[in-house]
This record gives sequence, C-alpha cells and structure tokens, in this order.
Amino acid sequence: MGKTLLDKVWDEHTVRTLPDGRTQLLIGTHLIHEVTSPQAFGMLRDLGLKVLYPNRTFATVDHIVPTDQRAEPFSDPLADAMVKELRKNCAETGVTFFDLPSGNQGIVHIVGPEQGITQPGTTIACGDSHTSTHGAFGAIAFGIGTSQVRDVLATQTMAISKPKVRRINVDGKLAPGVYAKDVTLHIIRHLGVNGGIGYAYEYGGSTFDNFTQEERMTVCNMAIEGGARVGYVNPDETTFEYLRGRPYSPKGAEWDASVARWKATASDPDCVYDDVVYFKAEDILPTVTWGITPAQAVFIDEAIPYPEALPEKDRATAIEAIEHMKVSSGTPVIGLKIDVAFLGSCTNGRLSDLQEVAKYIRGHKVAPHVKAIVVPGSQGVAAIAEKMGLAEIFREAGFEWRGAGCSMCLGMNPDKLVGDQLCASSSNRNFKGRQGSPTGRTMLMSPLMVAAAALSGEVTDARKVFGIN
Amino acid sequence: MALEKITQVTGRGVFVPGDDIDTDRIIPARFMKCVTFDGLGEFAFADARLHDKEAGRVHPLDDPRFSGATILLSGSNFGCGSSREHAPQSLYRFGHRAVIAESFAEIFFGNSTTLGVPCVKMSQQDIAGLAAIIESDPEAMITIDLTENKVTVADVDFSAEITMPGHAREALTTGRWDSIADLVDGLDEVRNRVASIPYLVNGAS
Repeated sequence: MGKTLLDKVWDEHTVRTLPDGRTQLLIGTHLIHEVTSPQAFGMLRDLGLKVLYPNRTFATVDHIVPTDQRAEPFSDPLADAMVKELRKNCAETGVTFFDLPSGNQGIVHIVGPEQGITQPGTTIACGDSHTSTHGAFGAIAFGIGTSQVRDVLATQTMAISKPKVRRINVDGKLAPGVYAKDVTLHIIRHLGVNGGIGYAYEYGGSTFDNFTQEERMTVCNMAIEGGARVGYVNPDETTFEYLRGRPYSPKGAEWDASVARWKATASDPDCVYDDVVYFKAEDILPTVTWGITPAQAVFIDEAIPYPEALPEKDRATAIEAIEHMKVSSGTPVIGLKIDVAFLGSCTNGRLSDLQEVAKYIRGHKVAPHVKAIVVPGSQGVAAIAEKMGLAEIFREAGFEWRGAGCSMCLGMNPDKLVGDQLCASSSNRNFKGRQGSPTGRTMLMSPLMVAAAALSGEVTDARKVFGIN
Repeated sequence: MALEKITQVTGRGVFVPGDDIDTDRIIPARFMKCVTFDGLGEFAFADARLHDKEAGRVHPLDDPRFSGATILLSGSNFGCGSSREHAPQSLYRFGHRAVIAESFAEIFFGNSTTLGVPCVKMSQQDIAGLAAIIESDPEAMITIDLTENKVTVADVDFSAEITMPGHAREALTTGRWDSIADLVDGLDEVRNRVASIPYLVNGAS
C-alpha cells in the first residue's frame, strides 16, 4: 500500500517512541522569533542545556517590530528589550539571525521560503501557529509553544503524536477575481474551525496543481485556523523552480540529488487517506469573514446570517459575533463602512499579493476617511517591490508603504486598531481584540478585496470596482 | 528532573461559558511583550473582564464567589487560535490547575499538559450539570480523577465520564508531563538519525 507524504516524512524523522507512547520526532529546521524564544532560551540556561544544532536554527524579528519608526531603540521599551534579548541569545549560541540591518529581516513564514530554508520532505517547527505555511513546500511544519521551542533548541526533537490525514481536493478553475485566500476561507467555512483537530490537511486537486508557491502558502497558512495541526501540498516542478538558486537551496550535484528525493516525497498514487473531501473551484466566490472566527464567512454577495438559520452548535458564537461586530442579521456585507485597510501578514504579504493589487489600483485613490497601510512581508519583498515601482503605485493611490513585519495582524507593535474601528484585512484571524483594540473589528478577505474596500471606503465587490469578469 | 505524579486534581470550579474561546482572548497579545512568563496571571481574559466591568457585569474570573477556584470549566474548541504558551501560562499563574471542556484545540492541549495542567474532555450535558452545581454552591469541591477517568463532586450526586488522549494521561500520572527529560534521554539516537538524513548531513555539524 502506498504512503502519504506525512507517512514518509514521519518515518524518516522518527527518532524513537517515548515512554508515553508519543514519537520523539526530529525537527530538521527550527525557525525562531522574538516572542516565543526568550523564555525558551531562559529555560535552557536554567537546565544547563545548550542549543544542539545552531546551524539548523534560524531567527528573525517580526511580531514586535515597528513598521514605520524602525531606528533603535524602539519607542516601546518592552519591544526594544525583546529584540535585544533575541540578538543576545543568537550571538551567544551561534544561531543565524536575519536581523534588521541584514536586509533579510521579515515575517518568519515569508523569510524561510524566500531564503530557500523551507524545503520538501523536511520537518519544520516554529513558535508560531502559522508555521503550517511552510507545508506548501511538502514539508511537515508545526506551530509549537515555548516549552517545545526549548525542546527543539536542546534536542532538535519534540514529543508528538502522528496526526491522521484528510485529503482536501479543490478541482477546476477559479473565476477571475477569486484568489487563494478565498479558497482557504471557503474550506474553513465548510469544515469549521475545529474540523481539522487530529488531522494533517493534504491539499490537492487541479486548482492546487495550477497554483504558484505563493498561492499554496496562502492556503497552508490558514490550515491551523481550520484546526489542523499541519497542512501541506505535495511538491512538484512549481516547488522546485521556486527553490532553484535561493541562498539556502542545494546547488550543483546536490541540487539534482535533492530534486530526485523531493519528487519521491510526494504522496503515492495508491496511498489511503483517513478522510477525503471535495470542493469545486467554480463554486467559490470572493469571501469575507463577518464575525469573530475565521469560519464565520460569507460570499461577497451574501448577508450577515440569522443565528436561528445556523446549525445549533454555531448559534451562540454567531450571536456573540453579531454583537461584537455591531452588525445586523440580514444586512448585506457589501456597504459595511470600513475605517482601516491592512494589506500584509504571513498570509498575503508576498510579492505576488502586492503585484496583483498594484495591477489594478493605478488611477484610484484611497477613500478620505480610510487609513490604508501596505506592509511587505520581508525586507527582500520590499526591495523588489520598490525596484519594480510598486511602492510608488501604492503611495500614489494613498496607501502608506511600511517596513516589513507582522504589523496590524496582531497588535503587538504600534500598528493597532483604535476603539471599534472596522478593518478590512488580508491577515488570518478576526478574533475579538486580535488587532490590538478590545472593541476593534476585523473582516478577513483577499488582498484585492482589501484594496477595493480601501478605495470605496466600504466592503465591496473588487470585481465590480476593477472591472474584472 | 523529578516531576509530581498527577493522578487527580481537587478544587473549586469556575465556569467561563462559550465555544471557540481563542488564545487571543485568554491572553491578549499586548501582554506578551515580555522575556519571562512572570506576571501573566493578572492578565488572563483581560479584555473580556474589562468588557464585562464596563457593561456593569462581573466576569466569572472577577466574581468573588469563585475566587480561589482552581478548576476552569468551558465549552468546545477551548484554546483555539495562536500557539502561544502564554495562554496556559496565564491561566496557571491566575491559579488554575486543570481545565474541563467539551473539546480542546491541539496546541493549547499540548502546551497545558507540558505545564502539568490536565485538560479533560467532558460532554456538553455534563458540563451544563457541573456548571449548575458550581453556580448553586461555589464552595463545592470537584475532583478530577485521571485514573478512574471521571469527575465527581463531594457530597453531591454527580459523576461524569471524562476522556483524555492516552499519552497525556500516561505522562501526567507517571510524572513525565514535561517531556524535556525523556527527549534529552534520546540524544544519542537523535545524532544517529541526523547522520542518516541527507539534508541534515550536508547542513548539520
């Protein structure tokens, strides 16, 4: 019987079975950042342990870094202390740090792939739940907590049980104006925020076959929002071409040997999944979240639901969402006035996201009452975008062009909502208080939909705004 | 390193109702700008508590009737969202020693277990029953028994079945709930495995 990619990677990285029955799983690549690492390094010192493989550990600073005033010391002394702590920990242990002066700093899940550190057939861990992003390369990539960061630093392993695998097929051609972000929101809407508990999501089908690596990353990024521990796409020529020539990618004879191994890592045609679901690309329309979980989503032409029309288990959270979002059942989502537009994050802060929006916004202007920011996902992305003239296009249209970081996704840096501002966001979470204000309101959508909302001053159908059909 | 064997947790309970209570709610990100976990207890559910206070209500965690409760009771998919260990750390430092819920998000479950805080699943019906007991008698002593797999209440006719993945129960009851010791025991095997994997052999020293 054939094996899934998960089976193959799990088998190769299993060190042993632990007394409690879990696997001691080797983590080939450990990515760290300033929020979840300081206590882990502290625990290592307390236990008298060292970093086992500093050269398999890579760091960047992303969550707390300001996107405008980036000169140190940062205006927030707590944030400043955190970047200095990471710098000290990396210097003491020999861990590579993609620091601010390096020109390669950025959001960890954007830096790993663009550096060629993220590779097929590897296991990856990072103290951040959106680590699932790296699965787009056919890696098994886990979001972990601080104690596990300690475990991986000290032993290059973690204790974990093997998940089951749900194969998610999306077949067909996406309509114009429908993007990878809509695909991932659609899947979560249907499978739920806890549908993936106990599962790895293997995404496939012709839609995924035709996606770029960046599109695959957008979908895998939100596997965790569907409750899945990891999400991945089988590696193929698209994957290999993305990796060719990157700083940490293999070169020469090693490249050829690696590609051969990467091809063999993909799930076998005769493997058996624990569950299989099917979606049709043609069924997917531009999608926006209206509530306080990523699954509370509707198509752009739909309205805020009536709780009584929802399955019983979803009603209480829907009522809570309607109250927090200050919306009414039956109101179309089109026309909801926004205050802030955020284009960025590990979900949609890549070059292709910026390019797609820049293609359409020339000649348009951000609505006078809207604060719109564009945050490239890394210094690398920013540099290319600036060279291509994209930054100028955004500025011309009234968007603020910022430095790389997590920014307004999660309110740990100066980019925050104020009061009950409503933000059209290309990020991945709309939880209460997520964007830094307890009463702040978030609606998740694709980058082009964020741009359309910024220009119109309200949630709107980007296809109409930009004449896409 | 010798860890306590956790076979049962006994204490008073507090019910924080709701499904899909995410880790942003349990500990808002702005309180995570720290290099240690010290002081996080004060900020557990900070925004929800503030919201209730401003609305003239009392959040269960601020309700003096439940002050000193060590067992937290909640709904389904508790702890979903971010992998932040700051979430179970803030609950632990607030004073909680166990969580009973309809279901748990995986990363939260793993983080809590590693801290020695058992997370046990109970049916929605039984959660409602226990919540009612707590409401009518906040002093009621609840016992979570990890070897008998049940929750009982002293002097009350209540007994509910609980479930927990076998490996977590094994780890808690045998005092191995922080896996670092077991992982370090495997270091020789780790090095052997690294030596057999091409992408690591080429890159690791």
